[in-house]
Amino acid sequence: MNLHEYQARELLRRAGIPVSSGDVATTPKEAKAVAERLGGRVVVKAQVHAGGRGKAGGVKLADTPEQAEKVAGQILGMRIKGLTVQKVLVAPAAEIASESYVGVIVDRASQSPVFMVSPAGGIDIEEVAAKTPEQIFRARVDARYGLLPHQALGLAFALFADVNLARQTADILQKLYRAFVDAGASLAEINPLVTTPNGGVIALDSKIVVDDNELERRSAIAALRDVSAENPAEVQAREANLTYIKLDGNVGCVVNGAGLAMATMDLVKYYGGEPANFLDIGGSSNPDKVVTALQIITADPNVHAILFNIFGGITRCDDVANGIVTATRRFKVGRPIVIRLTGTNEKEAVEILRGVGMAALTDMDEAVKQAVALAKGGKAA
Amino acid sequence: MSIFIDRGTRLVVQGITGRDGSFHSRQMIAYGTTVVAGVTPGKGGQRFDDTVPIFNTVAEAVAQAGANASVIYVPARFAADAVFEAADAGVKLIVCISEGVPVLDMTRAYPYVKEKGARLVGPNCPGLISPGQAKVGIIPGQICAPGPVGVVSRSGTLTYEVVYQLTRAGLGQTTCVGIGGDPIIGTDFIDCLEAFEADPATKAVVMIGEIGGTDEQNAAEYVKAKMKKPVVGFIAGQTAPPGRRMGHAGAIISGSSGTAPEKMAAFEKAGIAVMKRPADVVELTRTRL
Repeated sequence: MNLHEYQARELLRRAGIPVSSGDVATTPKEAKAVAERLGGRVVVKAQVHAGGRGKAGGVKLADTPEQAEKVAGQILGMRIKGLTVQKVLVAPAAEIASESYVGVIVDRASQSPVFMVSPAGGIDIEEVAAKTPEQIFRARVDARYGLLPHQALGLAFALFADVNLARQTADILQKLYRAFVDAGASLAEINPLVTTPNGGVIALDSKIVVDDNELERRSAIAALRDVSAENPAEVQAREANLTYIKLDGNVGCVVNGAGLAMATMDLVKYYGGEPANFLDIGGSSNPDKVVTALQIITADPNVHAILFNIFGGITRCDDVANGIVTATRRFKVGRPIVIRLTGTNEKEAVEILRGVGMAALTDMDEAVKQAVALAKGGKAA
Repeated sequence: MSIFIDRGTRLVVQGITGRDGSFHSRQMIAYGTTVVAGVTPGKGGQRFDDTVPIFNTVAEAVAQAGANASVIYVPARFAADAVFEAADAGVKLIVCISEGVPVLDMTRAYPYVKEKGARLVGPNCPGLISPGQAKVGIIPGQICAPGPVGVVSRSGTLTYEVVYQLTRAGLGQTTCVGIGGDPIIGTDFIDCLEAFEADPATKAVVMIGEIGGTDEQNAAEYVKAKMKKPVVGFIAGQTAPPGRRMGHAGAIISGSSGTAPEKMAAFEKAGIAVMKRPADVVELTRTRL
């Protein structure tokens, strides 16, 4: 789960990291009020789960509260990478002497948290990693002991030769690691971490991504989820314990298991079609999940044909068949459905489908070919 | 022959009386696996299905029933502790089926297991099966058959699909290992490739990867440098968009790295036969045996 910048800032502030003052606003009037309270020059920033906000025009400076109101009006409602901006952060425009990057991620390769810092701050760290890898300094953290003070100081000295700045930065790194662990994050970064002309170090912008598997035991973090900032179909899917990601094609896919779901999308493409979505109904057998899956897919007007690819293991094929039958009774699917079922309780499933005049295939390639042909408006082979 | 599990595997099931644990224990026993014990705290002294003794702790299961491998079906929030417990009890093979385990838990459990000299498979994996010998986990036994092909995969049902196609074509398996789709896992591709290379019964290896991370690229380098046996590979997620997590916590393309084309190119460079679709496994494997 991605946190908004203003939420991440609040977690950092509570961890004791110096962040600039500022507040979130949902209307231009509120933005004006925040700017009045702050006084002086402010920056108005779109709060949206997408990178490249600045380039998209979602970050603007304002010299007066009136101007803040005006630019907030321009940014609120703007669409960035398909997401509508519903909130802006209004913060003082800091005087900046230098910009750095500091962040901690769970690193797959070393199977542990890894800190990365770079004096090339303010820009995308992946870009720095690709173009000037010598500008990035790393430290692997043994999660059983946490970030050790000498590691924090070593990283800080990689950024600043000045001992005063280095000590402030080392303190921030320790606190960032604590915030990272407390939030159950898989990534926590401050970019940029800035030095001010009077020798202070503050976090200007930050990003925290929380491991979804942590939410069950961290209700305060889970409560930060902003459903209005997500695709409604994906929210509906998550609430039904499905994983759905909308794509641009016309073959709707319902599959059990993430790997098989990806392989099914790939096979649709292989046979000349375009998948309309990724949808994993997961491991458990539950006809209601299948009904919700069909609701979500039929709500996508681009879908011309629907493909089921079920390899029964824990998932029982008869449960899936019952779900399909229930859905077709409850609402109009309005597109041809191609069903491939094999594995646990396959025979029972075929019987259930036959009872309502539907057929099932056992071969994945054959099913995909038929679905692609139907989506193109051709006849099933 | 096989890797990691065989007729000598003496299994303890952690969470044997739970919904998933009891269902799959019955399946494993029916397949012929030697399940010597179960663990459910508070139910020590009872028996599962009137046969398998239940203990309160893994240590007791090891001491009294001689367990040498464990499989974990406990809820995600207890999974890391179950891994620690198995490692402390001296179990050398720990297979964690539980899904949804917080990744920070694994950053602590994994180095601990490693220091104890134990092997962890998973979490969030379907486990292993050595057809005709033993099954530890949830891979359906009826889709497998004994034979010369080793299978290693990050996926669950996609593994079943590939194994099913192999078995239908008369190509049996030494061992199938589902290593799991999480960002931090105990046993990786290279561990399995190394074991298959050393196993005299394995004549070819099928490796099924997916988008995200660099495990497949590292495995390809290993194949090129160290392996004499033929390897056939597949990457799921060729149509996946960057930045979106495709179900598995590990299946996410970040920036320009972890893409399917990048991984397939690494496979080709290492002399691995690349499958364009799952059904290709049959022809590519048969011609290399």
